Amino acid sequence: MRPALIPKDLPDWGGQPSTLLGQVELQGLGIDLGQNASRFTALDDVSLSLAAGEFVCLLGPSGCGKSTLLGALAGHITPNRGRLLVDGQAVTGPHPERGLVFQQHTLFPWLTARDNVAYGLRMRGLGRQQRLEQARAWLVDVGLAGFERHYPRALSGGMQQRVEIARVLINQPRLLLMDEPFGALDALTRLNMQELLLALWEQRRMSVLFVTHDIDEALFMADRVLIMSARPGRIIDDLRLDAARPRGEDWLTSPAFATLKRHCLRLLHGTGTTHPLSRLSPLPGSAQATLIENP
Amino acid sequence: MKPKLQHLSEAIAQYLTPLLSVLACVGLWHLLATRHLNLGLVTFQNVPPPAEVLQAGLDLLASPKLMFHLASSLSRVAQGFGLAALAGVSLGLLIGRFALARLWLMTPLEVLRPIPAVAWIPLSILMFPSSEASMVYITFIGALFPILLNTIHGTMGVDPRLIASARSLGTRRWAILGLVILPAAAPSVLTGLSIGMGTCWFCLVTAEMISGQYGLGYYTWESYTVQNYANIVVGMLLIGLLGMGSSALLRWAGQRLIPWQAAGGSA
Repeated sequence: MRPALIPKDLPDWGGQPSTLLGQVELQGLGIDLGQNASRFTALDDVSLSLAAGEFVCLLGPSGCGKSTLLGALAGHITPNRGRLLVDGQAVTGPHPERGLVFQQHTLFPWLTARDNVAYGLRMRGLGRQQRLEQARAWLVDVGLAGFERHYPRALSGGMQQRVEIARVLINQPRLLLMDEPFGALDALTRLNMQELLLALWEQRRMSVLFVTHDIDEALFMADRVLIMSARPGRIIDDLRLDAARPRGEDWLTSPAFATLKRHCLRLLHGTGTTHPLSRLSPLPGSAQATLIENP
Repeated sequence: MKPKLQHLSEAIAQYLTPLLSVLACVGLWHLLATRHLNLGLVTFQNVPPPAEVLQAGLDLLASPKLMFHLASSLSRVAQGFGLAALAGVSLGLLIGRFALARLWLMTPLEVLRPIPAVAWIPLSILMFPSSEASMVYITFIGALFPILLNTIHGTMGVDPRLIASARSLGTRRWAILGLVILPAAAPSVLTGLSIGMGTCWFCLVTAEMISGQYGLGYYTWESYTVQNYANIVVGMLLIGLLGMGSSALLRWAGQRLIPWQAAGGSA
């Protein structure tokens, strides 16, 4: 018998000590995508470690392999070289403790907002009453009280992403993987969503790896900004931001912010891709790589 | 005053016009049939007029034979369609989802698909012990391919991100089929089911004309052989009505089963 979950309790996925939640270790990670003649190296020799509870943004030109890196961490893409550890355990497949959020929502259109959020708890075998209660509480937390019985297509883009985030966070992931989650939203919605995400993160302190190509977004949100080179992707800079939180206009208009932004712009400009590439999805869409999901 | 009038004229246009057009058709039929018009290419000499058809219809309504005909046809369609839905949806899910199933099953199915169900009639009479079973088989074949192909199409069209998200949320690999693929493909499956229902009736009536005993197709053909021409039209109209009814039933069930596609967007 699994003990009943108290909402927003600590994760109980693997019996790991709670001091080590969401620590990520990448050692010499290399991933090749595509088949036969069109095969190419998407990521080459990427090594990095993220501390537990860190908010890290990954900046890079399009096609540099950011999304591939997320896909590997989520467990949807098998690395060809190197090691990938979360809290000391090798990643062998998708797992709710590593939540993944895409740019376009992936809510199940046939479930209401509430049932979408409760989905992860249903997979864990929680009783209907309990999971609906928790889902309702999460919808309140993401500012969607009263939208429980709406289907995803009846919600706006920003609301859909709120449901998506609640659906992932209800599983209490150690690591939250986000692939340009606010990239398709208008500027104002985007700002609201950034603040919502930061508030949720400050309460719960899961590690966040947030892929973006928006320098302002990265500098506004992150503890650390990692900058990737063009294909094959490598980490070319690792910036630590110690600006006090909550951050606001003061930070966004400070000289330090401007200096960092200039630095990032130069780095990203210098790595400019030689040829435009279609955006890589963290899923090998047309069977580009080995999907763990479909061996 | 004026808006009310306008409302009234709109109502007339909406409901009265279709009624008038039906009446006009019946009127034309009446004229052609009572004058026994012979246009050379087509002749109305043996076509029963509407009044006779109405009388024949009323006679059939009063006769106990109607029940047998209706029950036979409906039960054949229910069996053939039910089996086709079961086989089409489950095979379609497997073929759409698993490359191995696709490799094994697609080629034989592609060979069988262009054969019209009606062409199966002689062989099915030889294959099945009773004519009843062979007729059910014909309706089954008729409904199978539209259901199968639409299910395959819907299954292969499921957004891979949806599957990835489901996996990330803790769905076990085998549960994906029922929890994600089937509901995601449901609108497509439903399209297949309604096309299948149409072909089902088409095939049934043909099969009944050839090897039937009771059933609306049999009734229609028998009326021809015993030269009871008014009953032919009664049979035709009944077949049309039942086809329409079963499509409406399917549409209604579909709206219940996939409410997320409805306009309102809230449960």
